[in-house]
Amino acid sequence: MLHLSQEPALTALLLTAPVAAPLVVAAGYTLTGLAAQRRPRPVSAARREETRRPQPVVKAAVVSRGTARAMTGADDKGEGDDSVPGKPVAAVRARGRHPADWAGLTSPVVILACASLLAADVDDGAVAAYSGLLRADALTVWMLLVIGAVALIACASAPSYLSGERDADRATGRTVMGVPPIERSREWGSYHALVQVFLGAMCLAVVTANLGVLWVAIEATTIVTAFLVGHRRTRMSVEAAWKYVVICSAGIALAFLGTVLVYYAARQAGIAEAWALDWPTLLAHADQLDPAVTRLGITLVVLGYGAKAGLVPLHAWLPDAHSQAPAPVSALMSGVLLSVAFAALLRYRVIADAALGVDFTRVLLAGIALLTLALAAGLLLAQRDYKRMLAYSSMEHMSLIALAAAIGSPLALAAALLHIAGHGLAKATAFCASGQILHLRGTTKIGRVRGLLARSPWLGALFGLAIVALLGFPPFSLFASELGIARAGFAAGSGLGWTTAAALLLVLVAFAALATRATRMLLGPARKGDAAVAESPSALWPLVLGLLACAALGITTGPLGDLLTQAATVLERP
Amino acid sequence: MSESLFTQLLDLACGAFLLAAVVVLWRRELAAIVRLFALQGLALAAIALLLGLHEDRWDLIVVAAGIGALRAGLLPYLIRRALATLVTDRAQGQDQAAYTHSEEVRETQPLVNVAASLLTAAALTLLAYAVARPLVELDPTPATRALPVGLAVVLIGFFVLVTRRRALAQVVGFLLLDNGITATAFLAASGVPLIVELGVSFDVLLAVLVLQLLTVRVREAFGTTDIDDLRELHD
Repeated sequence: MLHLSQEPALTALLLTAPVAAPLVVAAGYTLTGLAAQRRPRPVSAARREETRRPQPVVKAAVVSRGTARAMTGADDKGEGDDSVPGKPVAAVRARGRHPADWAGLTSPVVILACASLLAADVDDGAVAAYSGLLRADALTVWMLLVIGAVALIACASAPSYLSGERDADRATGRTVMGVPPIERSREWGSYHALVQVFLGAMCLAVVTANLGVLWVAIEATTIVTAFLVGHRRTRMSVEAAWKYVVICSAGIALAFLGTVLVYYAARQAGIAEAWALDWPTLLAHADQLDPAVTRLGITLVVLGYGAKAGLVPLHAWLPDAHSQAPAPVSALMSGVLLSVAFAALLRYRVIADAALGVDFTRVLLAGIALLTLALAAGLLLAQRDYKRMLAYSSMEHMSLIALAAAIGSPLALAAALLHIAGHGLAKATAFCASGQILHLRGTTKIGRVRGLLARSPWLGALFGLAIVALLGFPPFSLFASELGIARAGFAAGSGLGWTTAAALLLVLVAFAALATRATRMLLGPARKGDAAVAESPSALWPLVLGLLACAALGITTGPLGDLLTQAATVLERP
Repeated sequence: MSESLFTQLLDLACGAFLLAAVVVLWRRELAAIVRLFALQGLALAAIALLLGLHEDRWDLIVVAAGIGALRAGLLPYLIRRALATLVTDRAQGQDQAAYTHSEEVRETQPLVNVAASLLTAAALTLLAYAVARPLVELDPTPATRALPVGLAVVLIGFFVLVTRRRALAQVVGFLLLDNGITATAFLAASGVPLIVELGVSFDVLLAVLVLQLLTVRVREAFGTTDIDDLRELHD
């Protein structure tokens, strides 16, 4: 196989590109947005003025024209500013004419390409660049592949989602909390830039070997997604955004305190300042770390990154944020953000196991996993909102992954990583489909979505299949990974066996709740007077792609099998 | 600087640092709370400066200056500006002359009253000393002996975050929490590496900007910045 590691410059490029590409695309979106406005004042000043005065019709019209150009990416030399002020520019453009919406697909493609090129390099260890700041091992490559694949689904669903939102804005002339639809359409301009920065931050969290930089990147994802969660500016979404930022920032601050304590222990163990937060160095010297300090640090880290991964006790933000964010962003948050935070936890777990023995993290993680699972299953039983239902299902799956991490055998770790990938793909598909259902029906209540299959067969079938995948049916890969986790759990001894049995019972409860709610949405006759809706293939192919990938991964891991084994080896105790 | 002078000055700075956090629990005017937060930022910068002077490390002195500028200057300025926006909006809207006594700038009804809050702060400080015992034992120097102060401020910050109802008071609670962590980092290991410190400061700044904007939106949507009124989402 081609080995690129002989060329340090190329390695550095491959490691940098997944982080840099989304940031460059984001900068592109921002610059075209600014350039197209052609206004002497900075955006923020204009924005402040508009939010204070509710009636700047002329000004707002100009702004909306600017956004229109930003979104189409068109050169605006031909047009003057002499058209009728207040004319709804957005209405002139036909549906689906937003080529710039598709430019966002660049970065997932770059991420996937870099990951596959790096995969050849990491089969005998790891590659690093910038004196160890960026580093890729098999786990990094696996996570990059997951991020790339889920981002591909989410970014490919974005154009149809955005045009649906624009249609909804136009049709209702919706003025949400005094914000005219014109300004909202300008806000969609920043949507792409924020999503791209979000992707870049997640990639940085995965490719860095420095635990401090890892923390900075994960905290950055919170800040970037805050406005995406609160984009609707309704009472509900503002509340969700506030809770999201406060709970996640405070929770993840705990992880930073934990990082500081681990750093303190490392410095006392004689590691130099530059290397005391370097993951491979810490791992190599783990047995010299002071156990008492490390125990305190690791507990804080588990609580902190657990908050971001949707685990008890700081999980309260998750259902709110996931139900209020735009569907493609929910897909990214649920599909990868949770698992990126959990991958950070997995890295710390290896250090903790080497420093403290396996029992400490095992008890901690198993306890958290069971509590989260019980909570998610209980709340799924009473759920009436399908986006919240998907959010609680994410908590259920994250707690299964936490259980696998607690078991910690090679089989369990491989199953956990496979579960991360399968859950990412299936949940991204389900969330993107839920966005289209929301546009179709205008409600997120389960009880008011009936006869989805009769009215829009393709969308209904895809949503149903995604739920089937989440329930853990073959051929989807979640079946294989859940089976793997259960087998590893029962093989690991009586204590973990009972834990696994309890977990499976709770999974069964969640299964029943999810299945009955999904059937209620899908089956039943279409309401009278509802004509079948024309379904556009451009909105559906990303969903098909996601389900196909999930099913393919379930049938055979193919060339990814080796990578999966190597990634699990990275996470085993050295 | 002699060893005993260093120890005394460091303990003085740490004392001021903890005292600022405790007095935050006592005051109800948001403006006063922000002033206390700025004072605490100065104490934090002083801790970093003393450590830098003691260890003859210029980079640490520069970091101390940066921390002072951010935590005693820029962040309090941002919160004060948000406060001013809330006050003037209200004054225009209702044409009140006595807007300084508006509900928005006071923590009128914290979930826990002042006396109980102060007692809790004492209990949290004791807890911090108990928890930090293994940390001090690992390397007993004057700096690490003061380390429980950082943890106590972390706990008090959490307490403010949980019991205060005004959005901006919660922001100050979050920042107290963050100050406490930074102090812990300095006292334990003379601060985290520079690149991490820079990233953390940048993240905190952005988080405050985001929370400031969200405060305005909360007020637009709910007509108040009382976070307890946010009850739309539940199961």
